[in-house]
Amino acid sequence: MNVTIPAGSQLLSAIRTTSESLAAIGLALLVSAVLIFIAGENPLEAYTALINGAFGDSFAWGNTLARTTPLIFTGLAVAFAFRCNLLNIGAEGQLYMGALASVLAGIYITGLPAIIHIPLAILLGFAAGGLWGGFAGYLRATRGINEIISTIMLNFIAIFFVSYLVHGPIAEPPGFFHQTAQIGPSARLPIMMQKSDLSISIILAVLVAIVVAYILWRTPFGLRLRAVGQSQETAKFSGIPVKGYVFGAMGISGGLAGLAGAMEIIGSQYRLLDFFSPGYGFDGIAVAFLGRSDPIGVIFAAFLFAALRVGANQMQRTTGLPTSLVVVIQGMVILFIMGVVIRHWLQARKKS
Amino acid sequence: MSHLQMSNITKNFPGVIANDEISLTVEEGEIHALLGENGSGKTTLMNALYGIYRPDSGKILIDHQEIKFESPSDAIKCGIGMVHQHFMLVPPLTVTENVILGISPESFQWNPILDRKTAEQKIENLASKHGLEIMPRSKIWQLPVGAQQRVEILKALYRNAEILILDEPTAVLTPQEVEDLFKVLRSLAKSGKSVVFISHKLNEVMEISDNITVLRNGRLEGAVSVADTSAKQLAEMMVGRQIASPRKSVGQRGDEVLEARNIKVKDDRDLTAVNEVSFSLSAGEILGVAGVDGNGQKELAEAIAGVRPLESGELKISGVPGSGPAKFTSIGHVTEDRHQTGMVKAFSLSENFALKMCHREPYGDWKKLNINAMREKTLEAISAFDIKTPGPDVAISTLSGGNQQKLVMAKELSMKPKLFLAAQPTRGLDVGAAEYVHSRLLEARDQGMAILLLSTELEEVLSLSDRIIVMFEGKIMGTLNAEEASREKVGLMMAGTSFEDIGES
Repeated sequence: MNVTIPAGSQLLSAIRTTSESLAAIGLALLVSAVLIFIAGENPLEAYTALINGAFGDSFAWGNTLARTTPLIFTGLAVAFAFRCNLLNIGAEGQLYMGALASVLAGIYITGLPAIIHIPLAILLGFAAGGLWGGFAGYLRATRGINEIISTIMLNFIAIFFVSYLVHGPIAEPPGFFHQTAQIGPSARLPIMMQKSDLSISIILAVLVAIVVAYILWRTPFGLRLRAVGQSQETAKFSGIPVKGYVFGAMGISGGLAGLAGAMEIIGSQYRLLDFFSPGYGFDGIAVAFLGRSDPIGVIFAAFLFAALRVGANQMQRTTGLPTSLVVVIQGMVILFIMGVVIRHWLQARKKS
Repeated sequence: MSHLQMSNITKNFPGVIANDEISLTVEEGEIHALLGENGSGKTTLMNALYGIYRPDSGKILIDHQEIKFESPSDAIKCGIGMVHQHFMLVPPLTVTENVILGISPESFQWNPILDRKTAEQKIENLASKHGLEIMPRSKIWQLPVGAQQRVEILKALYRNAEILILDEPTAVLTPQEVEDLFKVLRSLAKSGKSVVFISHKLNEVMEISDNITVLRNGRLEGAVSVADTSAKQLAEMMVGRQIASPRKSVGQRGDEVLEARNIKVKDDRDLTAVNEVSFSLSAGEILGVAGVDGNGQKELAEAIAGVRPLESGELKISGVPGSGPAKFTSIGHVTEDRHQTGMVKAFSLSENFALKMCHREPYGDWKKLNINAMREKTLEAISAFDIKTPGPDVAISTLSGGNQQKLVMAKELSMKPKLFLAAQPTRGLDVGAAEYVHSRLLEARDQGMAILLLSTELEEVLSLSDRIIVMFEGKIMGTLNAEEASREKVGLMMAGTSFEDIGES
């Protein structure tokens, strides 16, 4: 299905942005190679270990793909809001709320067949994340409260609310560990690769990305949402209810981040642990940025970042380089992309 | 003795002559108004004086010395100060800090410690001398617009400005603040400083200035002394002297489409912009709204289009009190500022074309866009309106202004609205594109559309309209039928004379 790229010039610009992203990744790896060399290691060896760690066998592949899933969802969340010119920094909190709703659905709703139980858990995760994001959207639309600030603050509320819950009210009896009980088997996603814990959530993530692309480029809702993102004034003069779209965009964005949490629960962890996310929500910002807010781009960006993170352990074992080196690589990719974005922006400004 | 003399200044921008051999003389202690419509070249001329642009040819003399500025700092050294329309102030800093920002007066020269005391003293002296009420220690963001403007004036005076340029200084002020500003300007002139006052508001110009230079379309239209002129003559000079071209055709009036009764609308500054206005508009008719820019036309159009709330009064479209989203597809609206409100620059032509109607056939339904139909309809519009473009998929920002306007017009007309609002539809267009827009408006009228044409170009209003209303300070000065409308009458009404008073003269 040709979703994102309907016509000639758009194909060209897609090729252009893709090659820019690849160039940024290449440059980041090159500069990091210099750093590795300075640290006294062989860059080639280090990168080989990294690649082996991420793709060396089916277990590594499974880990990489499992790690890709939440990043696709949080990346989509940030990208979707950004298409409406909103910066959702709250994917982390929305993810926790989504996870909370799914784990509750998985534990406390029983007696349902999997075919109903799984979609229900997913849907509730979407709804919980959506409410959390939508609340920030509501504040933005009706009170003009900056969504960047409100989503950051809502992160803390969500994370520590969940923390409170797993410390007592919904802790697994007898309550030695800060975690919930396991969700029922009927709420668990089927496993694709037995060796690793890769479930079919990765397939769902890719499907959702395609759906998001479809919504953005092939529906009136998406066209109008992007119009609001590009020019609120024109949108208003075209009869688009701008405030409603701001609310809606944040709600859907939050829902997508909520799905990240839901999939973690029903796809791999099966229970809600205190502070279980290693910052998927924040990595989502970088993923959306590298993917240039394009849902299909987000898939690849999420895959790259997941591979870097998973491969980093192998690299550390083989060469003794710290895993945090991949954070440096990620940072540099973003930095180089930013250079390109700023250049385009300057050119556009010069023209007008 | 002439304080400032600019002679034969010419400045070209790609595709436009912004200033064509313009001369301007300002005496010492004079308030000189530079009058003209938007886009007539006033600001360009003053930017040339202030060193922001370098003129292509022409001379600038200050106290009979020829000077050439490389940058505004050169101009400032020569005693020229400018208060821009958009203030150049740093909001979190205090008045004093803003005033001394970027300069190092003698006492500071080798002293790394900022001597606020001395500066404050000097500011207070300057302020009290010219009646500029200001607290040197207040922060800019806490000040109302009028006070911020006083800070800008102080900034110029602090730098020893002898010639002070004010670019549309009253555009952002309330009537009371305008009064205060005028007092200050008079005091400045009295102390021997020259003031250049850029404006397009006739009554203000008549009130404050000694002499007036009028620009039109980048050319010098004339220079007159305020004693020898009238608001009416100035209005005529601003809009041009050419004989109005004969009306192209007469419309066939049908049912009433728009009825406005006692409507009151506020502008962005929360001041009344449209004051108790009533009129009606029928199918197959072009109702022209004439007036000098900024007399409530924009707010009127926006209120009818449903993007600006009515304070009071009633608007009926085809007899139905109009509001809600349905309005947007029954009213075509070519907005005054097409870049900000008429199009999404980053969108393709076809996306722009379909935006307003994208949930309707043939562009799609609520769940799906019909990309092919969008492109086809856009292609049709491209050929019907002779739009110069590589195709419907390029971004609209790549088109020239005339072609953008054609697309906006094609889009709005394609909805087959009953009511069509055309606000400054030919502003910034070349003659060919403007002609084209005019013929399309007449065609739409002949097809039975009710058209409200808001324009500051008197020529345009006179040649297209079946009836004309003239707005002045938010009120309708009178309604004229096309036959009885003459340049003189409309010009008088634009300057604030009511229709009844003209009858007597």
